[in-house]
Amino acid sequence: MGLVDPAATEQFCCRGCRAVRAAIEACGLGSYYRMKAAEDALGPANPSGRAFADLDEEAFLDRHAPKVSEGVRWTELYLEGVHCSACVWLLEKLPRVAEGVIEARLDLRRATLHVTWDERVIALSAIARTLDSFGYTPHTGRDVEAHAARQREDRRFLVRIGVAGAGAGNVMLLAFALYGGFLHGMEGEYTRLFRWTSMVIGLVVLLWPGSLFFRGAWAALRTRSAHLDLPISIGLAAGAVAGTINTILDRGEIYFDSLTGLVFFLLVGRFVQHRLERRAADSVETLFTLTPNFARLREGDSVREVPVESLAPGQIVEVRPGESFPADGAVVSGDSSVNLSLLTGESRPIPVSAGDLAFSGAVNMSRVVLVTITATGRATRVGKLLALIEECSRRKAPVVQLADRLAGWFTVGAIGVSVLTLAAWLFLDAHRAVDHAVSLLIVSCPCGLGLATPFAVSVALGRAARARILIKGGEILEKLAAASSTGVLFLDKTGTLTEDRLSVVEWREAPALAMPYLRAWVAALESQSAHPIAQAFAPEAATTQHQAVLTGAHDSGIEGTVDGHVLLIGADRFVRARIEDIPDWVNKARDQFTSDQLTPVFIALNGQVAAVAGVGGKIRPDAKETVAEFQRRGLRVEILSGDEPATVLAVGHALGLAPEHCHGGLAPEDKVRIVERAKQAGPVFMVGDGVNDAAALAAATVGIAVHGGAEASLSASDVYLGRPGVAALIDLFAGATRTLTVIRRCLMVSLSYNLVAAALAVTGVVNALQAAILMPLASFTVLGMALWMRTFAPASKAAPCP
Amino acid sequence: MSVIYLLLPLAFALGIAAVWAFVRATRAGQFDDLETPAHRILHDDEQDQPRTPPENPGSAV
Repeated sequence: MGLVDPAATEQFCCRGCRAVRAAIEACGLGSYYRMKAAEDALGPANPSGRAFADLDEEAFLDRHAPKVSEGVRWTELYLEGVHCSACVWLLEKLPRVAEGVIEARLDLRRATLHVTWDERVIALSAIARTLDSFGYTPHTGRDVEAHAARQREDRRFLVRIGVAGAGAGNVMLLAFALYGGFLHGMEGEYTRLFRWTSMVIGLVVLLWPGSLFFRGAWAALRTRSAHLDLPISIGLAAGAVAGTINTILDRGEIYFDSLTGLVFFLLVGRFVQHRLERRAADSVETLFTLTPNFARLREGDSVREVPVESLAPGQIVEVRPGESFPADGAVVSGDSSVNLSLLTGESRPIPVSAGDLAFSGAVNMSRVVLVTITATGRATRVGKLLALIEECSRRKAPVVQLADRLAGWFTVGAIGVSVLTLAAWLFLDAHRAVDHAVSLLIVSCPCGLGLATPFAVSVALGRAARARILIKGGEILEKLAAASSTGVLFLDKTGTLTEDRLSVVEWREAPALAMPYLRAWVAALESQSAHPIAQAFAPEAATTQHQAVLTGAHDSGIEGTVDGHVLLIGADRFVRARIEDIPDWVNKARDQFTSDQLTPVFIALNGQVAAVAGVGGKIRPDAKETVAEFQRRGLRVEILSGDEPATVLAVGHALGLAPEHCHGGLAPEDKVRIVERAKQAGPVFMVGDGVNDAAALAAATVGIAVHGGAEASLSASDVYLGRPGVAALIDLFAGATRTLTVIRRCLMVSLSYNLVAAALAVTGVVNALQAAILMPLASFTVLGMALWMRTFAPASKAAPCP
Repeated sequence: MSVIYLLLPLAFALGIAAVWAFVRATRAGQFDDLETPAHRILHDDEQDQPRTPPENPGSAV
């Protein structure tokens, strides 16, 4: 390829992009990339260099790669780094690059590649390596069969909509002719022809696409639960029976125009809502996997990639920097530091050496280590945590949507009033009694009610998704809105309120030090070290061009020269061991940083301590405002963190929270306990990102995962905020409240229409034809209201440029 | 007016043909992905040139 240079921080997908970058830089407009990075957080193309041997295991292929014919299989690979049209082009040329690949089709929205290949010619691992070498690291393991089944279901639904739409359109055409004939006269022969034609099409639409509602109603009856399908089915059935009888007897109204239109609109509404909900769930699902699905098994001197399922206690695995541990175990050899933030929420890397415990899911940061496995799979700490998450998700009671709750009353009301009407009219005018009762059943068919929620919800979900807030279902909006001023809002600290990577929060220089480039020098030198603390300085290194030479790297510090100046950077004892004279202001700065829960880093220039940096997790700039806003609304805001209690207190203090609302040092189980206790008093909203939050997310009334979260927390949560920072929370609550207002308004309009129409039908003032014309009117009002409301504002910044 | 006896079945036949075409297209998966084809159409078809397969795709970086 030649384009991917592992040593450079910037990588390009093609020469075109590299030329554009050079042109932009040459015009002095380089800050474009910093804005763009904040906007779309596109990481550098970074081949992982894996062998992907686990993909060739028979067990894996049988589960995830169905056979098309003898020797030919297909599978879906989720690819990192797919973003534009050029990616589509490149990836679909895969058959030309890798012989044996028969077809490669990319789904850009889901970033999945559908590959068909001949396994006699090429192995899946070779295909994966090729993709990896392009910078698209492939991931597997999601259930392709389940996805295919969902796709078939989608297609069936679409066919239903097509048939219903065609039927409704044609019946409507015939109905126009019939209404025209009704007003201006038409020969009976043709009227009969049109009515019979309408009946045939109408019955086809009701029995094929419309059967969905009858099935839903039957299921609701059997489980004795309220569902909107029930009153809808009653209306549809009453209309169909009356229409058929009227057609055969050649008298009265036939209703089929209204019924087919109703079936069509209701199907469209449901399909759109369903699709948007699934889209949110899908895009959350396609994020990364938490534990690796392969491990490097060490046997004697050789290393072999094996699937994690095959690991057993006692075996030795090798874990390279940047990879996560495949199982729990004890370190045999190697000194490194691990990031346990997935498990504990603790952002600072923890040093490990021989004898220390390592946990599955933790990320190895600096050097290769060998680990003896003590527990695998579900027996690991992460495995237990996942079991806890599953249990919390299962315990969550299903929600009955507002419209469905109304539907129960509606059914009872409509049938009751119809029976009363029938009884009353039997005394008054027995000939017309059945007619009136039937037209009552038809006008009380809650079409507006059935349309209101799906349309309002899908419009809201669509707008929210454009504002990068993914909401997994309509009922979540109702829950969010119902308690936006009374509940408790639990916020996780690491990754939610603070940034999860370390950065320089404080910087104290020696008095009268005139060294404007000191920070840039430090950054240049630190950029050569892989130590986690060094990463905190890295952002500043990108803009400097200083000559840095690293002369020594130790565990707690580094030394080197930058532009001829000798620099010593490191912890207190590292610098103290090399420089005797430490001025007083340095000690003061160190004490203050330590009490603020920052790690002090000493910087010595040419043998003199020149500056002290306080390194820690920076509080997100929008956190304070957001917390204040929620408190103003009446929510109780609390912090739940696995981090040191003192650190949590410091962050809480900075955000203006009372000390008793800052809980630190919590294990995932403690978080669940706190959430469940609070849930007894009212709704609980939990915001978090890590696996350690996932169980609490699942236990909360509404769990909200934030940008950059781990997969487990995403699947356990109901909402995913795709924008960095917590300000999107405000949009989420405000949008949900507005959506619910619109749903209520729509329900009100359609209910009052039904009431008025029913009253007219009972008294016999309205005839069936007028009812049939009035009926769509309510539906259109509701549709209009749902479409033109303001719910979620689009993301404040314009769409990212390609 | 009796021409309607010819026109109505004709219109019916056309309608059924359209529905059949839609059902076929749906079942063939033409509506599964509405985003990628919009990008795909921008790529020119080109002649397949003879190519030399890389010896080891994994190390072709």
